[in-house]
Amino acid sequence: MQTALGPSTASRVVANRQVRTARAPQVVAASSRFADVAQAPPDPILGVSEAFRASTSPNKLNLGVGAYRDEDLKPVVLSVVKKAETKIVGRAENKEYLPIEGLDAFRKATVDLLLGAGHPAIQEGRVAVVQSLSGTGSLRVGSAFIARFMKGATVYLSNPTWGNHRNIFGDENVEWKYYRYFDADTVGLDFKGMMEDLTAAPAGSVVLLHGCAHNPTGVDPTAEQWGAIADLCKERNLLPFFDVAYQGFATGDLDKDAFAPRLFVERGLEIVVAQSYSKNLGLYGERVGALVMVLNDKEAATRCLSQLKRLARALYSNPPTWGAKIAAEVVNDKELFDEWKGEMRGMAGRIERVRGELKTALDAKYPDKDWSFITRQIGMFSFTGLTPAQASGGRRVDNMTNKHAVYMTRDGRISLAGLNSAKVDYLANAIVDSVRNA
Amino acid sequence: MQPEVTLHLSVTEGRVAVLARQLCAAPGGVSNWEHVEQAPPDPIIGVTDAWRADPDPRKLNLGVGAYRTEEGKPYVLRAVREAETQMLADPASNHEYLPISGNADFCRLSRTLALGAGSAALQEGRVATVQALSGTGALRVGAEFLAQHLPASNPRVVYLPSPTWGNHKTIFAKAGFQVREYRYFDKASRGLDFGGMTADLSSAPPGAVLLLHACAHNPTGVDPSPEQWASLLQTTHDRQLLPFFDSAYQGFASGDLDADAASLRLFAASGMELVLAQSFAKNMGLYGERAGALSVVCRSKAVATRVESQLKLVIRPMYSNPPMHGAAIAARVMGDPRLNAMWKEELKGMADRIKAMRSALYRELTARNAPGDWSFVLKQIGMFSFTGMTRPQCELLVKKWHIHLTLDGRISMAGLSAATAPYLAEAIVDVVTSA
Repeated sequence: MQTALGPSTASRVVANRQVRTARAPQVVAASSRFADVAQAPPDPILGVSEAFRASTSPNKLNLGVGAYRDEDLKPVVLSVVKKAETKIVGRAENKEYLPIEGLDAFRKATVDLLLGAGHPAIQEGRVAVVQSLSGTGSLRVGSAFIARFMKGATVYLSNPTWGNHRNIFGDENVEWKYYRYFDADTVGLDFKGMMEDLTAAPAGSVVLLHGCAHNPTGVDPTAEQWGAIADLCKERNLLPFFDVAYQGFATGDLDKDAFAPRLFVERGLEIVVAQSYSKNLGLYGERVGALVMVLNDKEAATRCLSQLKRLARALYSNPPTWGAKIAAEVVNDKELFDEWKGEMRGMAGRIERVRGELKTALDAKYPDKDWSFITRQIGMFSFTGLTPAQASGGRRVDNMTNKHAVYMTRDGRISLAGLNSAKVDYLANAIVDSVRNA
Repeated sequence: MQPEVTLHLSVTEGRVAVLARQLCAAPGGVSNWEHVEQAPPDPIIGVTDAWRADPDPRKLNLGVGAYRTEEGKPYVLRAVREAETQMLADPASNHEYLPISGNADFCRLSRTLALGAGSAALQEGRVATVQALSGTGALRVGAEFLAQHLPASNPRVVYLPSPTWGNHKTIFAKAGFQVREYRYFDKASRGLDFGGMTADLSSAPPGAVLLLHACAHNPTGVDPSPEQWASLLQTTHDRQLLPFFDSAYQGFASGDLDADAASLRLFAASGMELVLAQSFAKNMGLYGERAGALSVVCRSKAVATRVESQLKLVIRPMYSNPPMHGAAIAARVMGDPRLNAMWKEELKGMADRIKAMRSALYRELTARNAPGDWSFVLKQIGMFSFTGMTRPQCELLVKKWHIHLTLDGRISMAGLSAATAPYLAEAIVDVVTSA
């Protein structure tokens, strides 16, 4: 680093302790120590919204990020959230630090939602739970825990999976591998491949499973398949790590959507769960979530909680209060809770409806192709068949965006939450054009 | 699309650990987590827990790192309440995801608050700023960024003052830094060991990271003088150290936001690159809302742009995007002239009360002929005071007088009131003369 200092300043560089007023040295013609830092590419998912915002096309449609939109394609603040906020502000509470593990009322509520209130594991004190920064933050705490307490373990991720999973484990230096999951031919689950790959995984490996409404494919195992996966985990001593970002959003029913993690616990498995309230409570930017460990042993659960706290302390010290207060308010108030369930059914219902309308439109425009996957797939997302894997090298997705101003992720995923009836025809035309001509 | 990377760890130890787990784990019976040990309790949080559990009516909580009113109550600023009420009434507000880098207004206002509107670095657009999870989050993201992106020739070494906030060491270690200490607190004078500090920094390897508390050093309350700051700037420059400022008390130390930023602005004005972790926990009373910012002052705008893009890559796998509520409040308070003025007044009020407590304690100690020189109580700055009391003396304070503090002798002036200062003084005199 080349620097030039005036001679009078240089002469003041002395070891003696008598400090006269020193003129601040001016650094001249110096290079940056960050000169070699490269420009990072935009986030594959969040970058889509950025590109959408920048677009001036009057027809533009944002099917990128998984944030729910109403029929007018506007963000939605749930009625129960508004009511909860008004109540909270009315109580004029303080803004003191939460404990490292988060708001107690929220922690209790989130575990009740996951396992069902009064579940034996809860009553026996075998559940360790920390409030954390939505799904990502919870996954990160879990990943840090695995890095520290399961040294050498590999995490198995579905192929494909939410892109950020790779980085969350990668940044903690946890090795990850794929297990087969999506079958492009059937546009469904490659169950045989999945079971083969998990059977081959070394004992003590971690398996990341999407609790419901798989992201990005929308393809979920059936109840029977979940049972087989659970048995395999038991047999091979694989640790199930559930990513539960859509509880209540998949079918509209909180309990139905918690089927898989509950089944695993019922079968006597210890599980780790990352929960998010971004979608089901619409609390996206408030970052509300939890990392839950259901163990076989109460003392082990206590110790694990202490270690989770230690990891959280080094990341953010203690979690944000606002969103957790809202979530706790909604879940713990009978009226609000019932109203919430209704709102969730409404959101899930709208998505189901536009799925149906899209399939109908596609069937009419391109009857030679089987579009039934659109209504078979579950949750916010659809894997459209525009993936680069279909030998189009991304041309189809580019066609969608560049020609039709439809913004989506390059893996071929669209968010049905960003679609409304008015745009179904437009989208169907864009898809058909891209499949046929791109 | 990001390239897929699988990491292959050299894993003799790992394989053995996995084998051990296979042999020990019995699904449905023994836990897979038998080997997980209980983590040690957090010393600072433990103080409040002990205080809560203490039935004695005279009990004092001097461990708290949060402002308390004269009545010993938490304080939510009027400016904050108003901002929050405005937000709730605003039909345009929603709960959508913030960008990875956070609330842009908040970022802009935060760095202007710290660096000053006249800052050349700001005017030249060479500051990369991201919203962060208060001070802790800013430190962690900053540390991770530096660990990954400092040139290979820069040692991953950070110099922390001795003593410092306990979490500093944990955070930097997690990011892969080797932690070294520089002399700071002088026990004899209960002031700054400036000679020791300069000597230690003068022998630091070039390119090392230097953590500095911008003002109101935690836990000692001892800050360098303006002349000493100027000398430190020279040393930093000469050794090519990268300053990393932890600014958690801007406005809280002297009551004046600009005065409390003098050290930071001195360094920035020299043209050197630096990192800044800002917290609004104390100065805006936003503690649990986790409002903070991380700024990297770079040599050029082009570099700052690239640095910001890389900060986002650190953040995305950590928590994707930051919590909106606290930053929205802070942005409103800073950005609205009336709320801003209200805030400044309340901030001064809090700082003044702390100063008043220092005066009160000093007065009461003097009145009781406390042995030794206790003027450091007046000289030290900010919420905390390093009393120099020994561990046995502190333990006696807890057991006999029900005064709860961390056993390093740190007391929080925020936990004191005019009514309780005499009690504390009596207790201190007792333990330093008997223990």
